[in-house]
Amino acid sequence: MTAEVMSDVADPGAAAALATEAILHDTLHGSARGVVVDSPPGAGKSTLVVRAALELAAAGRPLMVVAQTNAQVDDLVLRLAEKNPDLPVGRLHSSDSDPYDKALDELANVRTSAKAADLAGLDVVLSTAAKWAHVKGVEPWRHAIVDEAYQMRSDALLAVAGLFERALFVGDPGQLDPFSIVGSEQWAGLSYDPSASAVTTLLAHNPGLPQHRLPVSWRLPASAAPLVSDAFYPYTPFRSGTGPGDRRLAFAVPSDGSAPDRVIDEAAATGWGLLQLPAAHTPRTDPEAVGAVAAVVRRLLDREGAAVSERFPDAAPLTADRIAVGTAHRDQAAAVRAALARLGVTEVTVDTANRLQGREYDVTVVLHPLSGRPDATAFHLETGRLCVLASRHRHACIVVCRDGVTDLLDDYPSTEPVQLGTVVKFPDGWEANHAVLAHLSAHRVTWTP
Amino acid sequence: MPPPRTREKALRHRLAELRGPEVQAKALDARALAALAANPGCRRRAILDGAGVDKARLASALGAPSVFGQSQFAFVRGNAFEAKVKADGGTELLRLAHEKLDRSAEPPAGASVPDLTAQGPEGRAARTALALREATGASGTWTLLDHPMLALDVAGSPAFLEPDAVIVHPDGSWSVVEIKSFPMLDGSADPAKVGAAARQAAVYVLALEEVAARLGPPARVRHRILLVCPKDFSNLPTASAVDVRKQRAVTARQLTRLTRIQEIADALPEDVCFSPELPAEQLAAAVESVPATYAPECLSSCELAFHCRERSREAGAVTCLGRPVRAELGGLSTVGEVLAAARGEAGDPEDPAVAALRRAAALRAEALAAREVAGCR
Amino acid sequence: MSLITTLARLEAVSRDRAQPAATVRHRHLSDRPLVFVPLTTAGEAGAPLGALVGTDRDAPRLLVVPQPRDRDLRFAFLAELADVVLPYVDSYGEAVEAAERTETDPETGKRVKVEVELCADAPQLIVPSRAGVELVRLLGRSMRFRRTAEEDPQAPFPAPPRVPLLGRWLTHFGERARVPGSSLLLAMTDVLSRHWATGQSSLEDQHLGALLAWIDPPEGRGGAEAARERELARDADGQLLYPPAGPATDPAFDNKLLAPAIEAYDRARSALAAAEDGVEADARLGELTAAERRVRDLVESRTLPTWRAVWQGLDLLRELPEGAHVAERWTRDRWSYTGHRERVLAGEPPQPRRDDPVTAATKLATREREQARLEAQEALDDPLVMAARRLSGEAFAGEVTDVVMTWTESRRPSPRPLVTVRTDDRPHLAEGARVYRSSNGKPQTAELVAREEDGGVLVLRVLDRMGRGREPEPGSVPEKGERLCFTLFEHEPRGGAKLPDPEETPWTHGGPPGEEPAAEPADPVTEEDIL
Repeated sequence: MTAEVMSDVADPGAAAALATEAILHDTLHGSARGVVVDSPPGAGKSTLVVRAALELAAAGRPLMVVAQTNAQVDDLVLRLAEKNPDLPVGRLHSSDSDPYDKALDELANVRTSAKAADLAGLDVVLSTAAKWAHVKGVEPWRHAIVDEAYQMRSDALLAVAGLFERALFVGDPGQLDPFSIVGSEQWAGLSYDPSASAVTTLLAHNPGLPQHRLPVSWRLPASAAPLVSDAFYPYTPFRSGTGPGDRRLAFAVPSDGSAPDRVIDEAAATGWGLLQLPAAHTPRTDPEAVGAVAAVVRRLLDREGAAVSERFPDAAPLTADRIAVGTAHRDQAAAVRAALARLGVTEVTVDTANRLQGREYDVTVVLHPLSGRPDATAFHLETGRLCVLASRHRHACIVVCRDGVTDLLDDYPSTEPVQLGTVVKFPDGWEANHAVLAHLSAHRVTWTP
Repeated sequence: MPPPRTREKALRHRLAELRGPEVQAKALDARALAALAANPGCRRRAILDGAGVDKARLASALGAPSVFGQSQFAFVRGNAFEAKVKADGGTELLRLAHEKLDRSAEPPAGASVPDLTAQGPEGRAARTALALREATGASGTWTLLDHPMLALDVAGSPAFLEPDAVIVHPDGSWSVVEIKSFPMLDGSADPAKVGAAARQAAVYVLALEEVAARLGPPARVRHRILLVCPKDFSNLPTASAVDVRKQRAVTARQLTRLTRIQEIADALPEDVCFSPELPAEQLAAAVESVPATYAPECLSSCELAFHCRERSREAGAVTCLGRPVRAELGGLSTVGEVLAAARGEAGDPEDPAVAALRRAAALRAEALAAREVAGCR
Repeated sequence: MSLITTLARLEAVSRDRAQPAATVRHRHLSDRPLVFVPLTTAGEAGAPLGALVGTDRDAPRLLVVPQPRDRDLRFAFLAELADVVLPYVDSYGEAVEAAERTETDPETGKRVKVEVELCADAPQLIVPSRAGVELVRLLGRSMRFRRTAEEDPQAPFPAPPRVPLLGRWLTHFGERARVPGSSLLLAMTDVLSRHWATGQSSLEDQHLGALLAWIDPPEGRGGAEAARERELARDADGQLLYPPAGPATDPAFDNKLLAPAIEAYDRARSALAAAEDGVEADARLGELTAAERRVRDLVESRTLPTWRAVWQGLDLLRELPEGAHVAERWTRDRWSYTGHRERVLAGEPPQPRRDDPVTAATKLATREREQARLEAQEALDDPLVMAARRLSGEAFAGEVTDVVMTWTESRRPSPRPLVTVRTDDRPHLAEGARVYRSSNGKPQTAELVAREEDGGVLVLRVLDRMGRGREPEPGSVPEKGERLCFTLFEHEPRGGAKLPDPEETPWTHGGPPGEEPAAEPADPVTEEDIL
């Protein structure tokens, strides 16, 4: 069954269920050594991983799970334990100090160890790719689940693939690609380029593997899914699991007419807001833009927001833990944190796109990666970065940006080198940025702080 | 406002004036496209290329000649290679096209190679269009167009382009062929050169699409071009398919932006002219009347780069040292401003760029003072 | 680019002279480097035109291919090059010292220490610019699969005996040069730009002459003006006064001088071949020699200025004191040299055209580790580099204002002193984060316990390197009033896990290679490049 057929199913829940069934069927009963699942933002990737793990375990097939960061591994352990507290789970961890979430120690059926041998025989053993790479001389697992496979580098897969016979690879192709701190051009075009993503290598060597896609984003609201899908997933569209009006954001305290309040109201009404500052070339930690971000966050909290959704039909308060700020650079995040602290806000998550991958909030405030820059660079145009920043929210996303980004994009040189034999990655950063800006311009509030 | 047709004519007339009386417009060649790619935001380059000014002659007349030249060794070798690729009615070239682009098609048994000779570029372009139409109709056969002539509308006037070859597949679709003399060594080639070839081919694809759209029913122009290069250290041809969708999209949108030429032209004083016949002083003033955005990358792509570099250095622009230099300087754009800010002589200490510069200057001074003392340990 | 480097460049503009970008030398320089200044023929991959090569700055060996398209002449050039390079490379093989290496015991599979010999020193190749490094790789690739008459009596155009071996060595130098911090093969422009910031862009710094004009301008001249002259000045014939460092030549030189000289050489050769008797042949041989002399003179005239420039660069670099970790990194280069020498002596085949998946991944891992190591070591060796890390919040320097002794609560308490540091730097540090300082040359770890007074006062708990007892060993704990520098990055980056053997390449990466991998075939020969 193809994804195209599934997305024709009218009801998103039914379409998603159909996709999940097909994936589980291929995983449990298929003959291919690998199954690849593309999952757009908030499409239920973790839910799928947990369900696949539980069904494999229930079928008497012990498995290993490979994730990319310790936080991801811990999160999966907690989710597994929540779904099935009796399942014997192993958490393989590094021998560094404080290697895993202490909450795991509270779980009766979770055993933690730095040695794989201690966890032998458990139904599910989870760890990071880096830790799994040190496991040697064990009998291979019959099954594995590789999570965030698009953020995993090919060489990391090479190091662990000997540990399993077959695997389910799950990930989001639209997020940030893995990178290397040294040049790897000499291997560009090789099917097993160690710096490429694990999925690229896997599919180059095994082109016949079944590929699926989760067709519905349960996170992104109806206002966001079409834009994110068109701009970042042009060849693999998805839709929102909720309809227009299913998610609502309202504030008890009325607007004071200021620009932050107006952009908040615009975002509450439409799902998007652009707070535009006058054009200027600024350093990365543009104090006005940083101040604007902080002001918006402060007002979001002050105005006592309430979010109505399918999860909370009676509205949930928009508290600090439901808001996040996203930036491109760490120093920007630090500057925003400092500005927020001056306004008495300390509980709101402020992080870079890299660290926000996989996270979810009700409202996000984004400092646009190109805001105030004298020049655009490949780093700032990377589609994955913008995609992560524009797809973390369940209700609304407010972008703070200086005017002039369109000109900046027009002046961006297009002298990219081309490596023979590599697959062209779509979408192009320029196109994606333009698509997002064009959409945002309809939700613009201008402000001179 | 006059109707578009008249406006277009008026622009064409204006561009001819800028070029100078009796001066032939220079075609939009590979170098001009490279300059466009390297610096799409430069207004000086935009108007000069848009008007078809010969920038190499202009640069010489300004006393800052360009250094682009071709070694006759490279020229001879390149021509010999192209002749070899196209020998025997294109047998080898078509074999490569079949293998790399269209394996499911019938292998080429022989090919028709239509004669494309005609008077002038317009005549050759018309002849090419006719040959393309005929070949597209003749389904089931391979056709090789050797040095066809294509016209592409750039800012209201046709720019003529001459690809190395175009192939019409048995299914009636068209492919651009680029023949280059840099080697493919063990299957890979210099990425900068492949990138340039891909951008060049993308322009041909756009021009072919204009021709294709005029056919009824329109023909399909393939977005994977055939790049033919010498294999390893030999001069045996080998080829690779290159996906130029990205380059095509970029060039298409840059060409639509060329309409800004109208704005630039409108902003120029009436009597401005770039004819290389004019005295150097007058030319320099004409060139100065339209702003440039010089960056070191221009040195390898634009004939006027040395002239612009001198001006840019005189103005103390920090971008002379490279575009990335500006990244952390915020609104500061000249060497003098930056150093004054760093030394505490100017600038608002609340401005993070100024604050960072002062910290950087202090840390640098501390480190240099500690040069004799053992470092940080 | 760090703001500190940007500032140095702008200072260079303002003072019209290059400014220091380092206070110590971060690359090893051999006492007897082999300098190689090659030229190539335009339009043909790796077709050498000539070179100056040697270890004596006053006596370079001039090698010339009077007709670059003649395979025999090209082979003769490569054979001559091998006669210079290989004895030089071999000369470092004799003196060895005892060393230990960890190997996997083939019987038990355990990691064991083995006594091995490590070459006491290693050869070092210096080329003018990055393009020269590329040419070394290209020459290596073009030679290492050649077959000599001895190896393959059927080979249509057998290579001279030592040419394939030279190809293997040049390939090794070229691959090693990709490892950050390595010094077996250096490009002079790269090394100079690492140590000085000029008032021009890094693209323009690729011109060795112009770069040197900024660093060491002629008496009484400014850097900018001198650099411009080196870059552009031409004589009445339109020839560059300061020819580029190559390996590509200036088109004006090719068209006006070289092409006529090569044509004359071709004519003289045909004339000699057509000579009908000995007397005529003698006369024509004289003409041929003169024609060849003319090409040689031309090649020498284009390479000699660059040859001198490379040595000038070496002089300038030698004036800088060597960084403390440079010798350690050079030891890795010596391992690299020793290892390759052993592989050659053991009769292993030449490096394959393409790395297999495991080799590629291993190389990438090594280079990432070496990059991290290089960045850490350069910062530790050089306060100017550390300044950039401090500016970016990856390190901080400050004074110890208080030390309080505490201990772990275990049965055998270990010292965990709390050290308060006051700093003006702004490190990106969260509570619990690890920081490192160099203590007697070893990294000592501490963690952030608290941050006070707007971030300027940091309380750190020292965690290791204080000995085994309850009381810390003398000198192992920072003292009040001491000025320290902590980094957020580790000083000795850890390597990743060992990758599987190539025979165990997993199915995701194409599976194990086939049976006995066939020897890499030689490149096919074509008729065209024979006169």
